Amino acid sequence: MAYQHTIHNKTYAFANLRTLLAKATPFRSGDALAGLAADTYEERVAAQMTLADVPLKTFLQEAIIPYEKDEITRLIIDTHDQAAFSAISHFTVGELRDWLLSDEADTQTLQKLSPGLTPEMVAAVSKLMRNQDLISVAQKCEVVTRFRNTIGLKGHLSVRLQPNHNTDDPKGIAASIIDGLLYGSGDAVIGINPATDSPQAVVQLLHMLDQLRTQFDIPTQSCILCHVTTALEVIHRAPVDLVFQSIGGTEKTNSSFGIQSSLLKEAHEAALSLQRGTIGNNVMYFETGQGSALSANAHEGVDQQTCEVRSYAVARQFSPLLVNTVVGFIGPEYLFDGKQIIRAALEDHCCGKLLGLPMGVDICYTNHAEADQDDMDNLLTLLGVAGCNFIMGVPGADDIMLNYQSTSFHDALYARKVLGLKPAPEFEAWLQRQGILNNKGQLQQVGKMHQLLGYNAGV
Amino acid sequence: MELQHRNPVQEDPWSSLKAFTTARIALGRTGTAIPLKEVLSFKLAHAHARDAVYSRLDTTLLQEQLQPFHIDTLVLHSSVADRQEYLQRPDKGRRLDVHSVETLRTLPASSLQKDVAVIIADGLSATAMNIHTLPLLTQLLPMLKAAGISISPVCLVEQGRVAIGDETGELLRAKMTLVLIGERPGLSAADSMGAYITFSPRIGNTDESRNCISNIRQEGLQYEQAAGKICYLLQEAVRLRLSGVGLKDNYDAIARLKG
Repeated sequence: MAYQHTIHNKTYAFANLRTLLAKATPFRSGDALAGLAADTYEERVAAQMTLADVPLKTFLQEAIIPYEKDEITRLIIDTHDQAAFSAISHFTVGELRDWLLSDEADTQTLQKLSPGLTPEMVAAVSKLMRNQDLISVAQKCEVVTRFRNTIGLKGHLSVRLQPNHNTDDPKGIAASIIDGLLYGSGDAVIGINPATDSPQAVVQLLHMLDQLRTQFDIPTQSCILCHVTTALEVIHRAPVDLVFQSIGGTEKTNSSFGIQSSLLKEAHEAALSLQRGTIGNNVMYFETGQGSALSANAHEGVDQQTCEVRSYAVARQFSPLLVNTVVGFIGPEYLFDGKQIIRAALEDHCCGKLLGLPMGVDICYTNHAEADQDDMDNLLTLLGVAGCNFIMGVPGADDIMLNYQSTSFHDALYARKVLGLKPAPEFEAWLQRQGILNNKGQLQQVGKMHQLLGYNAGV
Repeated sequence: MELQHRNPVQEDPWSSLKAFTTARIALGRTGTAIPLKEVLSFKLAHAHARDAVYSRLDTTLLQEQLQPFHIDTLVLHSSVADRQEYLQRPDKGRRLDVHSVETLRTLPASSLQKDVAVIIADGLSATAMNIHTLPLLTQLLPMLKAAGISISPVCLVEQGRVAIGDETGELLRAKMTLVLIGERPGLSAADSMGAYITFSPRIGNTDESRNCISNIRQEGLQYEQAAGKICYLLQEAVRLRLSGVGLKDNYDAIARLKG
């Protein structure tokens, strides 16, 4: 079909759906860098008006990256659920936006619809939504996952405790973990980005985390965020709860990460076979982020937000426990300032939730981005309202290994307090048993003799 | 009602754990908020990082400082217009502007075809370069001379990224480039210098073809050690006719053997 729109005698024509999606995207520096952004404000709105009239069925007929060329396109087409789609198959993208905001689209309806949506449909509709819409729609979604606790229930906000250390020193890592636990963080996962990807270092850290968890009987899970091939190498000689991997939205991006779907499938099966989850079997932890495809020179002419949503198709095959969009880590050449970072985070969270994923957000920025803690406070509050499953907890918001700023344990407590959100129920009960929270959910002052302060990092 | 005058900040009884990490632990709290003292200390670190990102390469000072070494210096500029553009267009920060290309094209033959082109670029922290260039070169230049490695005129490049060394080295017809550049500031250090070595510099080279030495600063990798490493890698690159993943940094092991 022809994609075009006329405004005051000027006709804007868009060569294909891929171009139309790119031109309709709210401005961000990465699309400009890739040469994909609309040239003028008017062209962007013309593209959005054109996109609003595109029937959803078109997305099943016109692949934005050819089927023959890209395994993610094949995955999207081959796993599309026609029956679920039938409820909205007569809609245009614009009609989908209006319907998503209607009261008819409630939690259960959206959950049933999810397998009928493709990433491109979801990316398209999000481009027509204001920030408020992205929050409203996301808040209606509920994606609940389980391993040793229950994450994603409405009214709850979990935290990944991120105790990174620049030399992976076990005592240094343990100090940050104890700090985080005593501040009520760690229910999403205790997850370390290792400074080195060596299998021996990973094994050592896995044993340490497992020993800590069992010693204090903490209802949570641990993860070392090493490459999936490293996890596969050590999985039969170390206690692996969750398998981690960074993923992107084009086959070429994932090749640059050294992965393809078959490798993830192998890792997923290996992790399931360990049967370490006590109340559930969600064993995967994925990280994503807008701009990764461009950064790997693998965007295939697709805008960075659509690439991002395509990566969710990869994630959803594996029923992950956690999907985390690391939104501001990539730098200002992709997301320039607080405004762009905030918009991107709300898009990722909403799009992931619509596709049925347990979305969390690393609310973060680097020092060369035009952003600061005030922007992070804004985004944290917005995501808390939107029903984000989890955020990061980093001591003082300052990651000394990855050299960027995220959210702190205190930030998580702020969001829980002002929005009335609770930790995962099993973890909350543990915090109360430990005397860290009182029965009203408020943080308690613990004494010098608290048992967690006697932990010796296994050394 | 008058409030009682007492400090509402609750300290954490685990401040002894700070001995094990530089992470911001045991900050204490007021309510659930970080106490102001810690908030301001974080803000100050961020301010240093931000100021470093927007700092300017002091080319006048650097040229003066390099005079005693009797080496030629050139001031060049990337094709980036300003810092805003620098941050958003890494492609432009990798290429010289027209004027700089002209400067290099009109150099006398005696300045060309040296072993190594030394490029000082601001990168994301000109502050780092203003501080570390002189002390590092004070160590490095005599080492290069002793090793018989010849150098092109030292190029001071404003608004440059690492890959700007490729075009510069190519125009200078140098065998290798050494790009010294300001690294992205973190909260713990806003003045860290990086060194990148590339054999056979050509436009379009990618990061796999480079060797990198990071964290050169007073509290990080010391000047003498950094200079020794750089000199070792340059000699190895010439000998093996390559750099990057194929060139392993065994400097520390060798230095240990030499005791």
